[in-house]
Amino acid sequence: MRKILNSSISRRAMLGGTAAAIGALSMPSILRAQDRSLKVGVYGGYFKDSFDKNIFPDFTAATGIAVESIAEPTGEAWLVQLEQAARAGVAPADVSMMSQVAMLKGQSTELWAPIDTSRIKNYDDLLPQFVNKYPDGRVAGIGAVAWYITLVSNTDAYPEAPESWAALWDPANADKLGLLALVSNSFLLEVTAKTYLGGTDALDTEEGLNKAFEKLAEVKPNVRLWYRDEAQFEQALKSGEIPMGQYYHDVTGLAAADGHPVRSTFPKEGGIQDSGCWALSRASDKVEEAHVFIDYMSQPEIQATLSRKVGTAPTLKRDVLDLTAEEFASVSSDIDPIIPRYDLYQTKSDWLNQKWTELIVG
Amino acid sequence: MRRETPQRLTDYAPIAFPAIMLTVFFVIPFGTMISVSFFQRQQGGFYTPAFVFSNYERFLSLFFANVLGFSLMLAVLVAICCVVLGVPFTYLLTRLTRRAQIIWMVVLLSVLSLSEVIIGFAWSTLFSRTAGITNLLVVLGLMEKAVALSPGFPAVLTAMVYQALPYTILVLYPALIRLDPTLTEAARTLGASPLRAFFTVVVPALRTTIMATLIMVFIFALGSYLLPQILGRPQHWTLSVLITDQAIYQSNMPFAAAMAVFLVLVTLAMVALTLFAGRKREAAT
Repeated sequence: MRKILNSSISRRAMLGGTAAAIGALSMPSILRAQDRSLKVGVYGGYFKDSFDKNIFPDFTAATGIAVESIAEPTGEAWLVQLEQAARAGVAPADVSMMSQVAMLKGQSTELWAPIDTSRIKNYDDLLPQFVNKYPDGRVAGIGAVAWYITLVSNTDAYPEAPESWAALWDPANADKLGLLALVSNSFLLEVTAKTYLGGTDALDTEEGLNKAFEKLAEVKPNVRLWYRDEAQFEQALKSGEIPMGQYYHDVTGLAAADGHPVRSTFPKEGGIQDSGCWALSRASDKVEEAHVFIDYMSQPEIQATLSRKVGTAPTLKRDVLDLTAEEFASVSSDIDPIIPRYDLYQTKSDWLNQKWTELIVG
Repeated sequence: MRRETPQRLTDYAPIAFPAIMLTVFFVIPFGTMISVSFFQRQQGGFYTPAFVFSNYERFLSLFFANVLGFSLMLAVLVAICCVVLGVPFTYLLTRLTRRAQIIWMVVLLSVLSLSEVIIGFAWSTLFSRTAGITNLLVVLGLMEKAVALSPGFPAVLTAMVYQALPYTILVLYPALIRLDPTLTEAARTLGASPLRAFFTVVVPALRTTIMATLIMVFIFALGSYLLPQILGRPQHWTLSVLITDQAIYQSNMPFAAAMAVFLVLVTLAMVALTLFAGRKREAAT
């Protein structure tokens, strides 16, 4: 699923999405013919395919609102398009799935139309990290999909599951780890802070960040592979070539179900939880339909369907869901997650990137 | 045939097409890249048109100097390895029957059909502990237990040489097949061993070709960014890898462009230096 997030197909998806959007705009008669419709931007590839197949047809059947799904790239290209289109008063998509960093950047230009929470029936059941708010408290976005990055290991090489992220620092694991290569997708600073510095708040100051970098430097001798390409690590993990590392919980679960000797463990400090939000462009005139859509997507039954069919973690509190213990464990955990400090990747991105590159390359 | 200098505008027509192609596919993109490299990066945003030097300033540090140095060293090493392997190989190839030559050429050209990704993954499997070539050595009793040969510098070098060798041979082949066989025959009649004839007659006669091949492979290797990532450790990442990181993952186009411009300038300087040195030596002899 993350293949999409890694932006390699994004350009193609973006071109497709733009072409579709332009096509739709230039043919207003078709839009008029359909009484109520909504253009929804979804990450191109796996997510869009799954939503088109499992979610959107039921939504149209339930509400009478036709959905035109638009493949959008992750990263920031879609944000730029939305922003520039909004300045011209058009919306290539009414509602879009946006990454957390993109949500923050969009907030700075008031790109997101505030969402009326009274019209989201299950608003109070949403986990707090899935409500994206403007500094003044208006709601900019509501959680769409979430997934976990956890501690994974090869069961042949490690008969006992590791319990803590501290395993990454264990000298016994020299040259055995596979970790994500970028500061902004590995979230290892947050892991370090939660494991050793008492929580991600420690990253508030430059001093705290330096401490985290220092601690993280101790992991270097244990790392065999800093990967950008997921397939490379997944293969090495299955074969035992690189028996431990960080990886996506859902994909690892699928590999284990296929009989590969791998396991995904939620460490006692929590798995890393990354997510995307539904956000409404201020240029959209489909405010009514957008609220119906977000309300529909935030229902317990739909969140459960997403977990079962798409493999995403639910955005609602567990007690309102009808997921079995096994179904829940395959996508999430009750352990308090490590939530990335997205704000840092907006305000300090260049500094963090430079420090990080020097740390792992130097 | 006498070559006349073009008199009228229409005489230039034959070069119009290549000139347009060069402009559209090289000059314009390169110009865009240069201008972007002076733009102002907006952290947490994108970039705004401006004329600032901060992107170049950031690049001028010991850290990036080391990365650049490594990239150049790797490219030079790949070029040398390719020529050292390619010249004797191509020389022997030209002495085979026509049929054998064709078969060899088809095999070599088929390597070109493999993408960098496939080459990288194939070598990472070959160099792995669990399924790699060391298992074969264990079976043969040459090694005690299988080890991982990747990631590491030798792995990166091997894969890059593997990727560049077919090009090397393709460039060397026409020159070697046209080499007058009577030259070596004369050397042999005068008492030189085959090896000595090769080094004292064939290699010097091919000096210009070898130089051109070295430069071509050097530039080819300098652009490689996938193989160092797949088969190397972070210290083996080339400047091209860092450029990709900035452009794709950090959306810092101005800095990526500045690094790319710098890389192109250094490359051109090195090529010019090589040509200059070659010409000087030629003038001296």
